[in-house]
Amino acid sequence: MLDHAWIIPLFPAASFVIILLFGRRLPSKGSEVGIAAVGIAFALALVTNVSWFGHVNDAEHAAGATEEHASAVVDQPAGAPGEAAAVAQEGEGTPAVEGEGGEQHAEEEADASVAPVTKEVTWFENGGVDISVGMLLDGPAVMMLFVVTLVSLLVHVYSTDYVAGDRRYTHFFAFLSLFTASMLGLVLAKTTLQLLVLWELVGVCSFVLIGHWWEEKPNSDAALKAFLTNRVGDVGLIVGVVTLFWAAGGTFDIVEINTRAVEGGIGQTALLVAAVSLLAAVMSKSGQFILHTWLPDAMAGPTPVSALIHAATMVVAGIYMVGRMYGVFFQGFHIGVSSVNALAVVGGITVIGGAGLAFVQNDIKKVLAYSTVSQLGYMVMALGVGAWTAAFFHLFTHAFFKACLFLGSGSVSHAVHSFDMRQDMGGLRRWMPHTYRTFIVATVALIGIFPLAGFWSKDEILAGASQLGGGDLNYRGFLIVGLVGAFMTAAYMTRVVYLTFFGDFRGHGHPHESGPRIVVPLYILAGLAVVAGFANVPEALAPESLALRFEHYYEPIGSYFPGELPAFSHPEFSLGVALTATLIGLAGIGLAYLWYWREAGPHGITQRSTVARAGYTVLANKYYFDHLYTDIIAGGIKGPVARGVYWINQNVIDGIVDGAGRLSTAVGRFVYTHIDQQVVDGTVIGSAAAAQRGGQAARQLTSGKVQQYGALLFGAVAVFAGVLIIFI
Amino acid sequence: MLNQFLLLGAILFCVGVYGVLAKRSAVLVLMSVELILNAVNINLLAFGALAGDVTGAVFALFVIAVAAAEVGVGLAIVLAIYRNSHSVDLNDVDTMKG
Amino acid sequence: MVAQNIFFYLFAAVMVAAAIAVVTTRNVVRAALYLILVFAGVTAQYLLLAAEFVAVTQVLIYIGAIMVLMLFGIMLTRAKIGRDVDLTHNYWHVGLGTAVLLAGVMGYALIDAFGDDTMPRDLRVDDVAGSNTATVSDAIFSTYLIPFEVVSVLLLAALVGAIVIARKDR
Repeated sequence: MLDHAWIIPLFPAASFVIILLFGRRLPSKGSEVGIAAVGIAFALALVTNVSWFGHVNDAEHAAGATEEHASAVVDQPAGAPGEAAAVAQEGEGTPAVEGEGGEQHAEEEADASVAPVTKEVTWFENGGVDISVGMLLDGPAVMMLFVVTLVSLLVHVYSTDYVAGDRRYTHFFAFLSLFTASMLGLVLAKTTLQLLVLWELVGVCSFVLIGHWWEEKPNSDAALKAFLTNRVGDVGLIVGVVTLFWAAGGTFDIVEINTRAVEGGIGQTALLVAAVSLLAAVMSKSGQFILHTWLPDAMAGPTPVSALIHAATMVVAGIYMVGRMYGVFFQGFHIGVSSVNALAVVGGITVIGGAGLAFVQNDIKKVLAYSTVSQLGYMVMALGVGAWTAAFFHLFTHAFFKACLFLGSGSVSHAVHSFDMRQDMGGLRRWMPHTYRTFIVATVALIGIFPLAGFWSKDEILAGASQLGGGDLNYRGFLIVGLVGAFMTAAYMTRVVYLTFFGDFRGHGHPHESGPRIVVPLYILAGLAVVAGFANVPEALAPESLALRFEHYYEPIGSYFPGELPAFSHPEFSLGVALTATLIGLAGIGLAYLWYWREAGPHGITQRSTVARAGYTVLANKYYFDHLYTDIIAGGIKGPVARGVYWINQNVIDGIVDGAGRLSTAVGRFVYTHIDQQVVDGTVIGSAAAAQRGGQAARQLTSGKVQQYGALLFGAVAVFAGVLIIFI
Repeated sequence: MLNQFLLLGAILFCVGVYGVLAKRSAVLVLMSVELILNAVNINLLAFGALAGDVTGAVFALFVIAVAAAEVGVGLAIVLAIYRNSHSVDLNDVDTMKG
Repeated sequence: MVAQNIFFYLFAAVMVAAAIAVVTTRNVVRAALYLILVFAGVTAQYLLLAAEFVAVTQVLIYIGAIMVLMLFGIMLTRAKIGRDVDLTHNYWHVGLGTAVLLAGVMGYALIDAFGDDTMPRDLRVDDVAGSNTATVSDAIFSTYLIPFEVVSVLLLAALVGAIVIARKDR
């Protein structure tokens, strides 16, 4: 199956085409095709995952057999371009290094390699450069296959109930399929060009799906905002891809680029430039500050879309890209040996900024959107401090509980027909027990309370922040950031829970629980939110065969991943950090509980205190980023540009046209008066006059007078005779 | 010696030409024509004498005969014209005009 | 030759003067009389050229018949005897110019061509019976018989034609 994993995206792609062409005529309006395709894709993804585990185990065993000559063997980048080989190369590998302890593995570290499975076909050639498409299947890819297909399948089932009777039901499922296909293609991309194309395609699907109800202007505005903001970041992606192409010696291949970066074959300046450019792309796609403004507005789309795209899969494309190109980032930003770098800073700011904005939202989806922004900040921060596995593990767990939260909010809105917590919700736990239970579970997972999933992943990030890095402080500053973020997460999520499920019902009508197609996915996701964390239990708390399974199977091992560099290390489990994080989370819950259930604290402070009100205003205006982008930057450019172009149009272009008109009129007048009237008419009249006068003159000859004729005769004779005699 | 006869003939001829062209009366024009014919006759006879041949004289006789015929017919025409328009002014004889 | 020359110039002068008078006089009858004078001079020239028969014929025909006819014509056309109104066109100078031009051309040609020729000393042509008349008649009735007959017919035609034209229409 590993060799053929590239067919997995083809199923949703085919279903896209089929739904577009035939969807309306099918009994379920196309949704059955979509579900079937994603179902098959999910099954195949499971098979791929199992095969991959086998592949890694095989590499381990084979490495164990040849470890006596391990140190002499040179590292082989198995993913060399053009090589269609499958599993053969692991002959000289030793098992994946786990990073902590074990000096007896030291001499084997240099040669460990679990070959990624690659396939490649050259699309066309231009100027000596092969443009090829292919598949790169390694740990992160396999993991993402699983996550994307699973969440997509659950969202498909959920949507059959949620958007039932919608004006564009078939179209919705078509584009859900297309999105799934694009995302799956993106995770399997072998070259940066392929990554770029699919990145854009995913953005297009996001645009289409956010603007699903585009008849209302706010929805189409939100779709445009998402697309254009992503476009800004995509400039960085293009610059980064091109820089790496030239810096890596004319190749687009991800494995080769990263191999060179890790081994030091690319100059530091080029790496830094590429890393910063790619960082811009991450900022836009994964909603980092300062290009995060589109993500909350993207909540204008249907809730399943928000769950799939803006919580679990598309927004993590940026994280995934960083993880794929980690060699470039690690070397470019010197992640292993600094105590602060651009990646971590951006992530850190996003954590706090997003969390702050989540407090002042009344729309439940907007709270979850900012929560997503904040959690994405955690992932970027994790990558920034060097905890690669922590970031991807958090991506893994976050997909489940955030999707569960979004789908739960969709279920609630289905019942009360609104997303506004303050006005239309409250006390819903009485009528929606299933939604309530799954929502609580997902919230606790998000806050990170032991033993749910969020605890394990967030704790690993915090441990990384405290342990990794260089200098005296390592990345401890970011530990503080992470802890503050955890506190805020706990507080605002508890607020949401209270406003939605507790207290008095403030809305209208009679809310009731949603149907099974909505509730079953909620339970599945909630279940995963509970158990997913155990995939990466630290070594300190579990036997070796069960510990760090996620890392074991999914962290790439090869020359293209900086895992072998001395600067790279894995965080160890730290009881202190774990306890602190848990306590802070509980403190956050408790504070919110006091504020809302017990009504304690300075309620109404924003009315009384100017400072508090100013702070609230800043948050309510989303730090004025929208104002900056729309009015100041865009307005400042388009105003003068428009005025300048208008001036050119009126004066230069119209001046030329008018001038040409005036010139031709003057020429025409001149030609008429002088040439036509005088020359042409003069010639005509003159010739007539000449003819008349000639006639008058010639008329004299026909006078009828004989003597005149005679005179002529004699005269002529005299002349001729004279001529004859004298000259001849 | 020959030349003087020829020149005489030329002078008479030219006077006759003037008369033909410049006279208004038809009768005077006929008279001028006679002058011309006589000039021709002198010419003929002068050359005849030069050549010692009688041919010149013979031709001159013929010319005289023709001149007589011509005068007869010419005057008949003049009479006819006079009868029609009561004048022999050649300026008025322009029915061939145009 | 001296006598011939003198008489020639004498007669030539008279002739030329009379000819000029013919075309310049204002009286038609006088023009006719001057013309008679011209004819007489011509006769004298013929005699000087030893063409007696032609000279006599000239007198008989020209002066005797033609001029009488002219005078009859003048009379019949009520040409005024005496001073006339105007016998010359307004454009008489055209004729004068043409005549002068013609005179110039002819004079030039004649002088150029025959300036050196001289008449033979003996001008008489007396091949037959020592008489000019006989010689001429001989020539007419032998060599030039046909032209003679033609001229006769011509005279006949002229006669008939003149009668026809001058006849009064009824």
